[in-house]
Amino acid sequence: MTVYPDQKGRYGAFGGRFVPETLMVALEELTQAYETISNEEDFQQQLQKELTDYSGRPTPITYAERISKRIGGANIYLKREDLNHTGAHKMNNAIGQALLAKRMGKTKIIAETGAGQHGVAAATAAARFGLSCKVFMGEEDMKRQALNVFRIELLGAEVIPVKSGSKTLKDATNEAIRYWVANVEDTFYLIGSVVGPHPYPKIVRDFQTVIGKESKQQFQAQYGKLPDEVFACVGGGSNAIGMFHPFLEDDVKLVGVEAAGKGLHTEEHAATLTKGTKGVLHGSLMYLLQDENGQIVEPHSISAGLDYPGIGPEHAHLFETGRVQYEAASDADALEAVQTLAQEEGILPALESAHALKKAFDRAEQLPSSASILVCLSGRGDKDVHTIQSYLGGE
Amino acid sequence: MKQAVKQPLLNKSSELFIPYVVVGDPSLEVTERVIEMLAESGADAVELGVPYSDPLADGPVIQRAASRALDQGVSLKDVLQVAANVKKRGVDIPLVLFSYYNPVLQFGEEAIVQEAKRAGIDAFLIPDLPLEESEEFTSLAQAQGLSMISLVAPTSHDRIEYITKRAEGFVYLVSSLGVTGERSNYNEEVYQFIERVKQTSTVPVAVGFGISSREQVDQFWQHADGVIIGSAIVRTIEENRQLLSNENTMESGLKNIKAFVESLISS
Repeated sequence: MTVYPDQKGRYGAFGGRFVPETLMVALEELTQAYETISNEEDFQQQLQKELTDYSGRPTPITYAERISKRIGGANIYLKREDLNHTGAHKMNNAIGQALLAKRMGKTKIIAETGAGQHGVAAATAAARFGLSCKVFMGEEDMKRQALNVFRIELLGAEVIPVKSGSKTLKDATNEAIRYWVANVEDTFYLIGSVVGPHPYPKIVRDFQTVIGKESKQQFQAQYGKLPDEVFACVGGGSNAIGMFHPFLEDDVKLVGVEAAGKGLHTEEHAATLTKGTKGVLHGSLMYLLQDENGQIVEPHSISAGLDYPGIGPEHAHLFETGRVQYEAASDADALEAVQTLAQEEGILPALESAHALKKAFDRAEQLPSSASILVCLSGRGDKDVHTIQSYLGGE
Repeated sequence: MKQAVKQPLLNKSSELFIPYVVVGDPSLEVTERVIEMLAESGADAVELGVPYSDPLADGPVIQRAASRALDQGVSLKDVLQVAANVKKRGVDIPLVLFSYYNPVLQFGEEAIVQEAKRAGIDAFLIPDLPLEESEEFTSLAQAQGLSMISLVAPTSHDRIEYITKRAEGFVYLVSSLGVTGERSNYNEEVYQFIERVKQTSTVPVAVGFGISSREQVDQFWQHADGVIIGSAIVRTIEENRQLLSNENTMESGLKNIKAFVESLISS
């Protein structure tokens, strides 16, 4: 099997480095620094130690017994990334990149955030490692996620309101890149998902593969085999790639679940692979939601973490090769799965993760009880309580 | 791939003045008039900015202009039409199509070079298509006799020669880090940087990013072969957009822009 990315940062046709000349040297430096540092044993030891002592890894696999019994099909297991420090898989990457920044001698980090989860993770890692941190956040998102804005500030980071474009995640990312272009000499850009120019999709993937690696070991140890199918939600795609990547060469079916928003027949969704076309955004060739003139279209999802008009280049590649199957779950599907998991297992999942849960529940019905499905429960739902309340209250 | 004998894009190689406009702000018709006026006022080439939803390299002035143009549905096709119209009306200076890569990609790379050629475009400038990614597009453009303008940035260091060796038309030298937009002063290091780029460049070197005053134009004309002025012109158009949007007052709006342009370059 070919190893991706190649020298040019390509995953098949996707990925690459579509950025202004000003950033080319910084990206090359980052590529080389990452290559060197990630191969140093004491870096890996320090990372391991932080993931264990600080973030609380390994996260367990929980058997969703009551749901599995009720469905009466495949058994459903949950990889509990919600039990990470700060409540989601985002922390794996934030710790990794912050440590990398520190070893590269950078003292300032910047990050983009949509709902604020990556902003919180970046601010947390910055506090832990004594780095200054600016978080770019769209003004629209700041209104919707006022509590996370306050959380980020409590952690000692600065939130920079983004007033350009649609004032959401895509614009926060634009603005973070613009800031980086102006301050590239002393600033480290800590990207939150497997997007952006090479080497970011690789760096973020590498720091997130701890999810899949642990899962394989744990599942093997607990059940003496690998799961038959693995489900994960996909926005930019970092938890999914982290979960899928270690399984790519195994005989395991992999399913990524995008956000169908208000429905694939409407224009309000974030189903980039299901409905999108190839294009370049934020420095990478991927699938995008765009109009016929190549202007980026604003996505919609009930879950802010899936509300991104693009998708990581490696997912685009895995979609084209057919190795991973991509489906889409709607806002209503996600709300239903949140309630099911809360009421039947006592776990309140993030709305993002609930997209994967819904598709896994549906699939379990079609499989025999000898089969097993592992779902990446990428985050906890505490951050979504207000959103869920307003949706359910409005019904 | 170097072309054997190629006509230079620009017909002089010092004190170049290359303005940039966002096509369709405030309207396609006004843009055409502005381009004609710029040519009459002594522009050596004009960059036609294709409005884009996510202009990564641009500051707030050009972002605002692009979003006004997009609100009116301006597309790459319209930009080509504007080019064709002004050429038909006698504008004979080179036109540079300035577009982010995604609109070009959606139009189709082969289709755009053919259509651009037909419309009278002379060169392309794609700010998010660095040399490493531009090989295919460049050879398509070259096959039609169109130039690809390359950018060189203060962070390019060891890449300078790599870029200048392949440069066509002119080198767009990015004066300072950051996005487009007016700057009140420049780091002295910029002159050394210009010197270094000029040493290896076989085409004129024009400085852009932040230039907005007569003093700055003079300064850069002393050190480099030309200046590229974007945000300052786009902002002047913005300030005059009420006048420009009304048929009865359009002429006085154009006069204001002309006065600003002349204040930048006339001796």
